[in-house]
Amino acid sequence: MEKIVLPEIKDLHLIDVYLRNGGFTAVKKAFSQSTDDIIDQVKKSGLRGRGGAAFSAGLKWSFMPKTTDKPKYLCINGDECEPGSFKDRQIFEFNPHQLIEGILITSYAIGAKVAYVYIRGEYHKWIRLFENALADAYAHGFVGEKMKETFATDFFCDIYVHKGAGAYICGEESALMNSIEGKRGYPRVKPPFPAQNGLWGNPTTINNIETITNVPPIINKGWEWFSKIGEPKHPGTILFGVSGHVNKPGVYELPSGTLLTDIIYSYAGGVPGNKKILCVIPGGSSMPPLRGDQLDGVKMDAESLRTVGSAIGTGGIIVMDEDTDLVKVLARIAKFYHHESCGQCTPCREGTGWLQKILERILDGNGSLSDIDLLIAVASNIEGNTICALGEAAAWPVKFMVQRFRDYFEKRVSNEMNIPVANKVHSMRNTAIPLADIKN
Amino acid sequence: MEFTFTQQNLEKIDQILKKYPTKKAALMPLLWLAQEQNGFISGEVMKSVASIIEVSLEEVLGVVTFYTMYHQHQMGKYHFQVCTNVSCLLRGGYDIWNHVRSKLEIENGQVTSDKKFSLEEVECMGSCGSAPMMAVNRDYYENLSLDQVDQIIESFK
Repeated sequence: MEKIVLPEIKDLHLIDVYLRNGGFTAVKKAFSQSTDDIIDQVKKSGLRGRGGAAFSAGLKWSFMPKTTDKPKYLCINGDECEPGSFKDRQIFEFNPHQLIEGILITSYAIGAKVAYVYIRGEYHKWIRLFENALADAYAHGFVGEKMKETFATDFFCDIYVHKGAGAYICGEESALMNSIEGKRGYPRVKPPFPAQNGLWGNPTTINNIETITNVPPIINKGWEWFSKIGEPKHPGTILFGVSGHVNKPGVYELPSGTLLTDIIYSYAGGVPGNKKILCVIPGGSSMPPLRGDQLDGVKMDAESLRTVGSAIGTGGIIVMDEDTDLVKVLARIAKFYHHESCGQCTPCREGTGWLQKILERILDGNGSLSDIDLLIAVASNIEGNTICALGEAAAWPVKFMVQRFRDYFEKRVSNEMNIPVANKVHSMRNTAIPLADIKN
Repeated sequence: MEFTFTQQNLEKIDQILKKYPTKKAALMPLLWLAQEQNGFISGEVMKSVASIIEVSLEEVLGVVTFYTMYHQHQMGKYHFQVCTNVSCLLRGGYDIWNHVRSKLEIENGQVTSDKKFSLEEVECMGSCGSAPMMAVNRDYYENLSLDQVDQIIESFK
């Protein structure tokens, strides 16, 4: 099966290996075409954003004004803070040059002279890995002013890394821009949208790391090729991060539309102890959870998941077996969103705290039947009433988990259920490479 | 205690300022640099950063308090960050958390009296596929067992 984003080529993170495997040929090809052509090809390829909203990448680029005196900017979102999501770090580690090449093509297409790559602060190691790759690309004359000579073109672009400092909300595109500007990561009211009024009031496009890494192969192999992979309405491969109760957790690059059950049982090795699945969150912790008996035939792409009442999000699949304490899981998710709410909007700032409090009350055995409807009521009052989507991100898991597992929650508050035992540590393998072992 | 950037860091600051069209945008990178040099962000650090990028002290404070990774107090020489978010929780993250707490004999946000260890319960660090995990300073330790935690703590003693 073809892998587009993370091809299995040894040492591909090294620029020489990347060049031997056709690296930086797509950007050369792109420079021989018009920017409209590039945008058109990406639009036709059907490439959709991999950061959560699954919006057409080409369409997003086309919103950038063609004639303006203002500088234009590109932001690449590698904030990757969504629980259950751990795909972007694989790109920084294993295929950074394809990302760099994608940034160059995108910058050319939208006319940006500067691209900021926003990487979460906790990723010290992956920031260093990416910065090393970037330094190599600069040294080879693929980035910066030297590009003009290397590619015999008028266009050039600089790429800078901006390091986050531990705020989930900075993965929201307007908060990310505020963070780059040196402000608190507060999301902005939209409209105006970033393409009109982004970084420092200038036209800006924000794309996810994985989205941009898909661009060079689309330019090289053509949009027709890409549009035929996976589900027609959401084509290409997706990096699925499988975590929780599976035998082989990890990131699997598979065509969109792959069956969720295939991912869990064939690729991720099934559930330890052959236990039944109680619940799966298919797209990172903010997406509506699915019941274990809802999984048959569920395809992993934006449209298919919408029809079963969930969403693709970042493709982070969290699997929970039949012995999972769902109240504990949901209380932990609620605590996370309470902690990460930026505090601008009252419904989110207060509501996320209330959700946490009610769920912890149930967890402590002090819940009542009325708490169940109260949870749904509070969640519904957050959803849609906030500046950014963190409101939905906090409300959806609570609302849908409670609705879809109402029987579970009713039994729990009535104390008719044996509280499941906490999951014990089960270790798989040791993978950590110390930061000190990576050249600086 | 007064704070001034080292000569080497002042040179880095010149490079950082070139990346952005406004001085203010250099605030986060400068705070990172200051924290690396000083260990934490003190009032003096904030004053120094504010004067370099020409913003008010209040603006700097606003940013420092918003982002969890800027520390306003000295952390331990070994700063333990244990993830207990969903994917880690499902694979025993709380066992790791409780184990580290009892081994270091400190609670969330505390530093041991010899300033050697500090502890923080953190949100998802992007190691869901290799859970449970913790980070010590800037290094990730993944697929942890309780024995490994013991070994790691022992190696720092």
